[in-house]
Amino acid sequence: MSVVKVAGVTKQFGQTTALQGIELEITEREFVSLIGPSGCGKSTLLRIVADLIEPSAGTVAVNGKPARQARTDRDYGIVFQDPVLYDWRTVAKNVALPLEMARWPRQKRNERVREMLELVELQGFESHRPWQLSGGMQQRVSIARALSFEPPLLLMDEPFGALDEMTRERMNMELLKIWEASGSTIVFVTHSIAEAVFLSTRVVVMSPRPGRISEVIPIDLPRPRLATTREEPRFFELVTRVREALHLGHDLDRAVPPAQEATA
Amino acid sequence: MRRATVRVALFVVVLAVLWGLWEGYRWLWIHEGWTWPFRVDDTTMPHLADIFSALWGSASPGGVGPRLITVLGKGALFTAKEAAAGFALGALVGFTLGVFLAQFRLLQRGLLPWVVASQTVPILVVAPMVVVWANPKLPSGLQDWGAVALIAAYLTFFPVTVNTIRGLQSVDRRALELMRSYAAGEWRILWKLRFPASLPYIFAALKVSATASVVGALIGELPSSIPNGLGAQIINFSQYYSTEPRGLWATNVIAAALGISFFLVIVLVEKLVVRRAPENLV
Repeated sequence: MSVVKVAGVTKQFGQTTALQGIELEITEREFVSLIGPSGCGKSTLLRIVADLIEPSAGTVAVNGKPARQARTDRDYGIVFQDPVLYDWRTVAKNVALPLEMARWPRQKRNERVREMLELVELQGFESHRPWQLSGGMQQRVSIARALSFEPPLLLMDEPFGALDEMTRERMNMELLKIWEASGSTIVFVTHSIAEAVFLSTRVVVMSPRPGRISEVIPIDLPRPRLATTREEPRFFELVTRVREALHLGHDLDRAVPPAQEATA
Repeated sequence: MRRATVRVALFVVVLAVLWGLWEGYRWLWIHEGWTWPFRVDDTTMPHLADIFSALWGSASPGGVGPRLITVLGKGALFTAKEAAAGFALGALVGFTLGVFLAQFRLLQRGLLPWVVASQTVPILVVAPMVVVWANPKLPSGLQDWGAVALIAAYLTFFPVTVNTIRGLQSVDRRALELMRSYAAGEWRILWKLRFPASLPYIFAALKVSATASVVGALIGELPSSIPNGLGAQIINFSQYYSTEPRGLWATNVIAAALGISFFLVIVLVEKLVVRRAPENLV
């Protein structure tokens, strides 16, 4: 069954075409990365799926429902590049926020928060304030918050973009563990080719002006993915494939005569 | 514990420096015979020690009757009652108005200029009118001091309204999107996100308002001939200023102490209520 179905989506911001003719179908338990240079509309596409902005044309279905309906049914959890924790709330209270919004009873809420903090390995930090945690820990709280109400779909907008390389690789491993444990479907926006290849079942390569999908690359690396996966020849082949797809999209863009680009 | 010690020490040092500046200025101007910007003598700048010792002397120039500090203390309590009631009322009105103006942009564009205009009205002129208008309407327990509280509220509400609007609208875009992803309605967003996010702004306004409410109460007392507060003492001692300046100065000290204690109460409440990353405090 398809969890996300994007059909003929176009998005205009004034004169700029941020997205054009996007077709994308994501099935249950997939991990799909959207990758592309700045301005290719990958974050815009994610926000349209989340119904945080509306497409200019085309339709988006989440869990077989219109995106608006899916949002009001709380069918997805979202994680941004910044953790966006409320700093007047403790770690536990931040994780409980979506549960409060869904009016869960307190007892059930507390139980779930405990489970979630265990999942992201933050037991013992319940009553800490967000600013007392490191960037990586804050992002883990934000992931726990997004997963707390067990949404069938998790949308992640460059969640590890602000972290250093080593923390990022560790978070990648943890995210895969969480993904396998929770059974949700993930749409993941990133700038990093290696990250996209390492995590995904499919990588969607996008190119800018206008933002469009230039290639969809299935990732056939064996699971579970381990630290050593990054050293396998197949990993490098796929990284190269994605890189070439990205450059192809970029070169097409460069083929526009300079004079014409200057007037655009 | 250590930080508290440092704070107290710092406070004492600053106090000593200010004391030294006052006495140094006084000594220099008298010694040199300078008259600019004004002549310095025991009337214009009494010794600080004299001002404080006057507090323990008799209130009336004749040397009989209760101590000055007793008289001023009673006045300060009365003024504090007016200011506190005015502050509470003004903060409540200011906050409510701020919430409505922030939630309804059209209302904000239409009404905010009038809210600003309300603060350009000279309070000294309006104060006696308010007393005359309000007193007949007030229940007997609220006579006089209730009217003064209204004047204090008038000075209190404005900063609270302005900062409430600003605070409620200062919310991070992502934090709002997060709320929308939970399908939250406007009023739940207000309660769960906008209100807590605006608390540092609101407390910044409350600190301004707390001292303003004391000033408002004093100003309200002056033209309305209410005998129980510090305002009456100010009028009283200003009549004797040329012969006995220490009384007015002492009243001044007590009024300032009242304003500072109002401020400190708000700081204390803020410490208890607002738990924020240090860099996010306003």
